[in-house]
Amino acid sequence: MTRRFLPLLTTTGVFVAGYLLCMAEFHNFATARVACNLLTDNAYLGITAVGMTFVILSGGIDLSVGSVIAFTTVFLAIAIGPLRIPPLMAFLIALAIGAAFGAAMGAVIHALGIPPFIVTLAGMFLARGASFLLSTESVPITHPLYAMLNDLSLPISGGRLGLIAIVMLLVFLAGGILAHRTRFGANVFALGGNPASARLMGVPVGRTLILIYMLSGGLAALSGIVFSLYTSAGYSLAATGTELDAIAAVVIGGVLLTGGYGYVFGSFVGILIQGLIQTFITFDGTLSSWWTKIAVGALLFSFIGVQRLFQVFWSGSGDVDTA
Amino acid sequence: MTNSPMARPSSRQSVSSPAAEGASMRMSPEAAPLRAAPGFLKRGSGPVPGRRFLPQIGGLGLVLLADWLVSPQFFALRLQDGRLFGSVIDVLNRGAPVTLLSLGMTLVIATGGIDLSVGAVIAISGAVAASLVNGGLPVPLTIIAALSAGILCGAWNGLLISVLRIQPIVATLTLMVAGRGIAQLITEGVIVTFVNPSLSEIADGSWFYLPAPVMLVLGMLAVTLVLVRATALGLMIEAVGVNRRASELAGIGARSIIFLVYVWSGLCAAVAGLVLTADIKGADANNAGLWLELDAILAVVIGGTSLLGGRFSVVMAVLGAWIIQAMNTGILLSGFPPEFNLIVKSVVVLVILVVQSPVLGGLNPRSLFCGRGR
Amino acid sequence: MTDWEGGGSALLEIRGLSKKFPGVLALDGVDFTLRAGEIHALLGENGAGKSTLIKILTGVYRRDGGTIRLDGNDICPTDVADAQRLRIGTVYQEVNLLPNLSVAENLFLGRQPLRWGLVDHRGMRRRAAAILADYGLSGVDPATPLGHCPVAVQQVIAIARAVDLSAKVLVLDEPTASLDRREVEMLFRVMRDLRARGIGIIFITHFLDQVYAICDRITVLRNGRLVGERRTDQLSRLDLVTMMLGRAMAAGAPMRRREAVARRGVVAFEGVGKSRYLHPFDLEIGAGEVVGMAGLLGSGRTETARLMFGLERADSGRIFVDGRPVRLRSPKDAVRLAFGYCPEDRKTDGIVGDLSLRANIILALQARRGWMRPLSSREQEAIAQTFITRLDIRTPDADRPIQYLSGGNQQKALLARWLATSPRFLILDEPTRGIDVGAHGEIIALIEQLCAEGLAMLVISSELDEVVSYSDRVLVMRDRRSVRTLEGTDITADAIMAAIAAGA
Repeated sequence: MTRRFLPLLTTTGVFVAGYLLCMAEFHNFATARVACNLLTDNAYLGITAVGMTFVILSGGIDLSVGSVIAFTTVFLAIAIGPLRIPPLMAFLIALAIGAAFGAAMGAVIHALGIPPFIVTLAGMFLARGASFLLSTESVPITHPLYAMLNDLSLPISGGRLGLIAIVMLLVFLAGGILAHRTRFGANVFALGGNPASARLMGVPVGRTLILIYMLSGGLAALSGIVFSLYTSAGYSLAATGTELDAIAAVVIGGVLLTGGYGYVFGSFVGILIQGLIQTFITFDGTLSSWWTKIAVGALLFSFIGVQRLFQVFWSGSGDVDTA
Repeated sequence: MTNSPMARPSSRQSVSSPAAEGASMRMSPEAAPLRAAPGFLKRGSGPVPGRRFLPQIGGLGLVLLADWLVSPQFFALRLQDGRLFGSVIDVLNRGAPVTLLSLGMTLVIATGGIDLSVGAVIAISGAVAASLVNGGLPVPLTIIAALSAGILCGAWNGLLISVLRIQPIVATLTLMVAGRGIAQLITEGVIVTFVNPSLSEIADGSWFYLPAPVMLVLGMLAVTLVLVRATALGLMIEAVGVNRRASELAGIGARSIIFLVYVWSGLCAAVAGLVLTADIKGADANNAGLWLELDAILAVVIGGTSLLGGRFSVVMAVLGAWIIQAMNTGILLSGFPPEFNLIVKSVVVLVILVVQSPVLGGLNPRSLFCGRGR
Repeated sequence: MTDWEGGGSALLEIRGLSKKFPGVLALDGVDFTLRAGEIHALLGENGAGKSTLIKILTGVYRRDGGTIRLDGNDICPTDVADAQRLRIGTVYQEVNLLPNLSVAENLFLGRQPLRWGLVDHRGMRRRAAAILADYGLSGVDPATPLGHCPVAVQQVIAIARAVDLSAKVLVLDEPTASLDRREVEMLFRVMRDLRARGIGIIFITHFLDQVYAICDRITVLRNGRLVGERRTDQLSRLDLVTMMLGRAMAAGAPMRRREAVARRGVVAFEGVGKSRYLHPFDLEIGAGEVVGMAGLLGSGRTETARLMFGLERADSGRIFVDGRPVRLRSPKDAVRLAFGYCPEDRKTDGIVGDLSLRANIILALQARRGWMRPLSSREQEAIAQTFITRLDIRTPDADRPIQYLSGGNQQKALLARWLATSPRFLILDEPTRGIDVGAHGEIIALIEQLCAEGLAMLVISSELDEVVSYSDRVLVMRDRRSVRTLEGTDITADAIMAAIAAGA
């Protein structure tokens, strides 16, 4: 049993150790304000990461999420601004578009039997191109509801947990339940374990695949809504590379990239670790931002390396071939 | 797995009619010389080897036709200052970086791998070149250093994948993420520009009437072809890509082969990095080669190499890269906003998906794009 | 239907079943009847239509004609889940469960007990434990990942899952292929239990012994047609084989028995072993000698082969070729020494499916020459044609991807791959497994012929009659060590079995 939790424990251990290290370095790190900001600043990434967790657990990958986020922000900016659609209505439409887009990709993956990598690559081009068509400029959103929503927050001993952070936490909670306590979740793990067996065991492969990518697309749209709240603007170049950050968070969180093993909670810790690195670099002030990339890359590598070593260790030989 | 039920009937068909087989077996000795056509096109795909690549050739033809329709002077060429000019040359010239990447990427994908890090390697080799040439290093040494950086990156990937057996997509992802950080480390976070005519020559020079990048592409293509088709390396790469365990059991050193293809991919990326750096006379660690890995993968897939590994064609991948660039250029010429590119690209990917689909491919055993269908 | 004694009423009635694939009629008006509480063997050579019939029954394929009645109702399974709903459960040769999920999750996937709409993990484990106890697996913790269980246990869990899905008809598609004798016995116990509970079992296997050990009835298919249905106790083996092959086969394989020859040791292993893998063994194999290797699965047979071929590195002992000590640390070394190895699992370790037959044949030779010295296409073609003719590999041409050939022809191609390297020592691991009866005989004839040509061979096989027929010596393995060497007239199936059983 501990074997299954080991990656998760490692990740959590790394985060706790990292946080303690930061606290030793900067005394105000221990405040609730820093903790709340850590959550708020990474809210959009976290929401995407939940969707990505499902996709990766099923053995797939979704490269389109960054573009979907960008599309959503531009769509909202235009819908709320020039088109005068009520924001909540616009949110619903955006969610529907994201979910439908994801579902369509899932359907293509299933129907044509093509690797998700290339299908979502097409989705990435398509969504980014569509947002360019809507507008190539950054469009500000000035609706009063945005200011109001941004002001909503939960005061926690000196810090303020913003609405978007709360949304992220709820999404993680719901994601955890969906993955680990529902039949759909079990089906996702089954697909990641071995799609052929899953099909023979009566898992509705097509439906599950479509739902997984629909979930990822829908959450990417939600993430786009959160992002537009966070920046109060829509920009077609926004969130470039978010898919990579999300994948990195999921892998650092202990989810096996081949699928079938991992926990939604792990991705949450993965997000926190990435946020921690960023916060540390901001606090330090002398380090340049590119260190974030190097640190995340190094962490990614060490996690993958450790996973690999465990695999080899447990199977007793180096022959664990995933191919 | 979608393919296997489909494949079965045809296998049964082959064993269930001994009479017909006897006939074809008697025929095969005479038929053999026909199939023994030399060169890279012959890889025992089917009765008419050339037909395997009709979609690519047709696709390029269609795109060029479209280009010609939006811009009637598309095929016009003129000679000026000992160099050819014209839209077609432009396509080849601008497509050079992706084409270079696709050379290495084809081999990587043929082994069943993928190299996501090539964009980052472009940034690294560009950063190395720009920084060193600014530091006063002679150009040949600078070039060697930049290429070595690429080889080093490739060797790192190769080590992780062949020796530690980390999944390619994962291993190269780490370099993709960290690589741009490393490039920024080299350029110290700024865009390094340089003034050095001999280094710029790589991008704006011309050799034998053609822009230098085009010649570089042709040169690297020739070297790659010799490497894989004049030796048994191509066969071994394909064997490893289809079934690594079986290949190792047959005595093929799969480790060294996998290592080698990533090194080659790193080298190709470094050459592409040099071209891009020479072109803008500077190194931009953030944006140099951004998303080019995806274009390169796309080029390879358009070239009919299955993402699952196995049989490959370097020449068709180059054709694929040209198709992509011809589309880009066409969109520019037609006056559409360049953002339109992405939409068109995604449509192209969709079309390829449909054509290359194992599901549809299974209906036609001679399907030209037929992947391994697993 | 009154003349059927024993067994219950007809549970499943298939009449006039037909299935056409482009260019081939896979099933041509086949009838099949399964009664409640019987174990019914479905036999036939590869391509006879067994798997097509099973796939139609389990909803993988749609039929083109005929009727399937279950309990008197017409059914038409549309997919696996649908077949399950119709109470037809299937267990395949490769365990088709999910190694990453727990035993309990595997048993209940798709029908997990819910509480407040959420999966009740505790309840699920409790119920799983009860089911496991039913099948004599009370030692298995339902929370363990399935991948950590032995294959036989996984197999039984697969059956338990199928039966627990309220199966009335259980299809077992070669479930015993990768089990050893003791595990087969365990499986048979489970099958007899289920028979007593009134479940109808369709049993597909290549092992005729098992058919006679457990089946009540036998249905034989050939070339997509029904040959006949018989009661097991009224059908002799010879008649059965005749039904399957459609031709009378000479009874018993010819016995080749030479007096123990003075051996010129071509290959000699001295104290070669690896701790916690295989006890050190000595073996000297001379040119023109076939050494058979018998033993249960897991007795160390394949392990021996892997050590001999450098797939595992020995940590003790020395290896000599023609009297000279050699280095053997990888398959590459082995190929350089002119060793060859046809592995047990053709699909994953043998063939390179997408590549042509020709490429597959020249692969090892090319590997030995190194990538710098490629074979020209003319040389490749010549080598391929030579072996296609010599081994009678049935293929339209050498360009055909090897995955489209039948199992027997793939096996021949693998043999050709090694023969092309003119090996001095060839290891064959279960060369006749999963091959239809016709090709079976051809492979055995080939072994004899190669031996006559002076090749040294080690042949691992579970089919004792075969081992007896071609071996000059037989090594018996048990508990990862070689326990007995039989020579000359001592080589009999009884003696081998006695040696295997001696310490068991």
